Amino acid sequence: MKARQKRLVFVGIAVLGVGVAASMALSALQSNIAYFFSPSQVHAGEHPADAVFRVGGLVVTDTLRREGDGLTVRFDVTDNAKIVPVSYTGILPDLFGEGQGVVARGRIGTDGVFYAEDVLAKHDESYMPPEVQDTLHTAHADGVVETAAPSAKPATMTVTQ
Amino acid sequence: MIPELGHFALILALLLALVQSAFPLAGSLSGNRAWMTMARPLAYGQLTLLTIAFAALVQAFLTSDFSVLYVAQHSNTLLPDIYKVSAVWGGHEGSLLLWVLFMAAWGAAVAAFSQNLPLAMIARVISVQGMITIGFLLFMLLTSNPFERLFPVPPEGQDLNPLLQDFGLAIHPPMLYMGYVGFSVAFSFAVAALIGGRLDAAWARWSRPWTTVAWAFLTIGIMLGSWWAYYELGWGGWWFWDPVENASLMPWLVGTALIHSLAVTEKRAAFKSWTVLLAICAFSLSLLGTFLVRSGVLTSVHAFATDPARGLFILIFLCIVVGGSLALYAWRAPEVSDGGRFDLLSRESALLGNNLLFVAFTVLVLFGTLAPLVYEAFNWGKISVGFPWFNKMFLALAPFLAVVLGLGPALRWKHDEPLRVLRSLWWALGLSIAVLALAATPMFDDGGLWVPVGLALAAWVTLSHIAIVRERLKHKGGLTNVRQALMADLRGSGRSFYGMVTAHVGVAVFVVGVTMVSSYNMEVDVRMGPGDSHEIAGYRFEFMGADQVPGPNYIAQRGEFHVYRGKREVAHLFPEKRAYLGGGMPMTEAAIDAGFFRDIYVSLGEPVGTDGDWALRLYYKPFVRWIWLGAILMALGGSLAVSDPRYRLARAGARKPAADSAAAAA
Repeated sequence: MKARQKRLVFVGIAVLGVGVAASMALSALQSNIAYFFSPSQVHAGEHPADAVFRVGGLVVTDTLRREGDGLTVRFDVTDNAKIVPVSYTGILPDLFGEGQGVVARGRIGTDGVFYAEDVLAKHDESYMPPEVQDTLHTAHADGVVETAAPSAKPATMTVTQ
Repeated sequence: MIPELGHFALILALLLALVQSAFPLAGSLSGNRAWMTMARPLAYGQLTLLTIAFAALVQAFLTSDFSVLYVAQHSNTLLPDIYKVSAVWGGHEGSLLLWVLFMAAWGAAVAAFSQNLPLAMIARVISVQGMITIGFLLFMLLTSNPFERLFPVPPEGQDLNPLLQDFGLAIHPPMLYMGYVGFSVAFSFAVAALIGGRLDAAWARWSRPWTTVAWAFLTIGIMLGSWWAYYELGWGGWWFWDPVENASLMPWLVGTALIHSLAVTEKRAAFKSWTVLLAICAFSLSLLGTFLVRSGVLTSVHAFATDPARGLFILIFLCIVVGGSLALYAWRAPEVSDGGRFDLLSRESALLGNNLLFVAFTVLVLFGTLAPLVYEAFNWGKISVGFPWFNKMFLALAPFLAVVLGLGPALRWKHDEPLRVLRSLWWALGLSIAVLALAATPMFDDGGLWVPVGLALAAWVTLSHIAIVRERLKHKGGLTNVRQALMADLRGSGRSFYGMVTAHVGVAVFVVGVTMVSSYNMEVDVRMGPGDSHEIAGYRFEFMGADQVPGPNYIAQRGEFHVYRGKREVAHLFPEKRAYLGGGMPMTEAAIDAGFFRDIYVSLGEPVGTDGDWALRLYYKPFVRWIWLGAILMALGGSLAVSDPRYRLARAGARKPAADSAAAAA
C-alpha cells in the first residue's frame, strides 16, 4: 500500500495547495476590485465613500481645462442625465477627447470631485467601453433627452446593441 | 475578379475541410487504407487553397482595391507598402484568414514531416485539424468575409489604426497566431490518440516537437506584444494584466505545463491522461482568448470594435470543441493505463510541482479575467480587477516555481537520494543564499524585500543549471576541455538537454529583469518649457523644444532632448506626437535610449500654455531589456530542443506498413 499512501500524500498536498491559493486569491480580490458607477448612481449616493471605484460616461464638450501646474486636468463626465466633475493629474491617453467615452478609476473627494488615478485609454476610435455603452443606454431608456452633451456625435450617443 | 477568386478559394477550402474531417478518420476506424492515404494530399490541398485566398487579399491591399470593404476599412494609398501587407491582419477578418492559413500550414507540416507516424495516426490528426478548420472557415464565411465588396467604391481608404503601423506589431499577430494555432496540433494529436485509444510514449514523442515549436512561437508572440506595448503606448509598462494580454498568457501557461508533462509521458510513460487534458486545455484556452478578444465582453485597453454575432459564434464553437473533446476524454481516458511509479524526491515530483503551479496560476488568471463577467451575471455590480491583484498572485506562486525550477533538472527520474542531490547542488545553494544576504544589506540600494528574493532565486536557477551541465560533461569525461566536450555534446544527443538549460536560464534572466524594473523603476510626469531640465535617477533631461515635422502619412510634433549623466551626454532623444492624415487620431511615439542595464524613455504628452511648454513623461527603467531577453532565450531553448536528432531518428523507418496495420486494428 506504499504507492497508494504516496499518492494520497500528493493528492493531499494538491488539495491543500488549491485551498490555500483559492482563499488567498479571494481575500485579495476583495481589496482589489473596483466597481463601476454611472454619474447618475454617484449622484444618488450609491458609490462607496472611501474606496476606489470607477466612473464612466462621455466627456462633456467644452469642460476640459488645465490647472495652473499644466499637468492637472479637469473635465465633466456625463451619462446624459447627471454630471460628475473629474480631476486627473498626469498625461491623458492619446484617444481622450471631448464627446468621447471614458472610464476613470479613483475616489471621490469631499468636494464632490472625482479624483482619478487613471483614465482608460483605448486603441480604436470606434470602440466604446461596454459599461459606458450600458449607462448611456439606461439614461436613454429613462426618457432623458440628450441635453447634457448636445454637441457630441449622435453616433456615439444612441448606442444600439 | 481577384477578390472573388479568393472568396471562391475559401468556399472550396471549406468543402475540402469537410472531406478532410470525414474520410481519413472514417478510414482509420474501418481500416480503409485508401481513405487514410487521402489525409496528406488533403492537407496540402487545404494549404494551397488558403494560400490562394490569402494572396488574393494581399494583392487587394497592395493595389489599394477599395472596392473590397475590408481593404477600404484598413488601408490607405498613403500607407507604406510594408504596412499595407501587415494591414492584411490589422483587422478582424484578415487576422482570421491568417489564422486559418497557419492552421493549414501546420496541418501540411505535420503531413510532410511526420513520415514515420503510423498512417492511422496521421489520418486522425489531419481529420481533427480539418474539423477545427471547418469551424473557422464557417465563422469567416458566415460572419466575417474579408472579400466583401463595397459599393460605391470610395476614392480613399480609412487608414490602418496608427498604433498598428509599426514593425513590432506587424509581426506580433503572426507569431501569436503561430503559437495559438500550433497548440491545435497538440490538441489534434491528443484527440487522435484518444480516438485510437493509444496513449503511449511514442505518442508523446510525436507530439512533443510540435508542441514545443508552438510554445516557442507563442513565447515570441507574447514578448513582441509586451515590447510593443512598452515603446508604442507611451506608458512605459511592459505588462498590464489586461484581459487581452491574459488571453494570450493563459494558453502559454498551460502550454508550458504541457511541454513539461509531455517530457514525463515520453520518458516515463506517466501522467498520460493529465498530459492529454493539458493538450485539450491549451488549445481551448487559445480559443477562449480569441473569444474574449473578438466578442468585446470585457473592458480592455486593447479591445477593438466588435460584433456580438461573432462573439456568439465563437462561444458556440468553443463549447463544441471543449465539450466534445472533454466528453471524448471522459469516455476514453479511464482506459489509459497509469504508467510508472515514482518517489517523493524525483524528477517526476518536481515536474508535477511545475504542472500544479502553472495550472494554479492559469486558474487564477482565468478567474481574475472572468470575474467581471461573473459579477455581472449575478448582478453583483460591474467590477474590474486591478492589476495589483494579478501581481500579488504572481508573486505568491513565482518563488515556488523558481525553487522547483532550480531543483527539478538536477533530480533523477523515479527516485533520488537527498544526500546525492545536496552533494551536487550545495555550492549553488550556498552562493544563492550569499546573494540573498548581500542584496538584503543596506549597502545595496534599498529596493524592498523582493530585490534580494528575486536576485537569489535567479542565482539559484542559473547556478543549479551550471551544476547539472558540469555534471553531465563530467559523465562524458570532458571536464578537461569543456568547450570541445560541449560542442561534441551539442552535435550529438545533447540538444534537448541544452535547449532546456537555455530556456531555464532565460527564466532566470526574466526574473532579474522583472525584479529590477519593478523595484528601481522611476517615472515622473512634468511640465517643461524649452531650455528647462529635470533630473531623475542621476540622469538630467534637457528639453530643447518641439517642432513640426512632416512624415509620409502623418504630421509630427517632434521634441528634442539631451540627456546627461554628470557632464557626459548619454543620449539625444526625439519623442514625437503624430497626427495621421487618414484619421484624426493622435499617436505618441516615445523616444527610448535602450541599454543592456537601463532604458531612458521620454514621451510627449500634450502642449501646455502658449510658450512652447509640454506635459512630458520621463522614465528610468533599469534592466527592462532582460525581460524580453529572457523570453527570447526561452524560445531559443525550445528551438534548440526541437532540433535534437532524437525526434528525427525514425524518419526513414522501414517498419511503416506493419505499424500502420497494427494501429488501424487498435
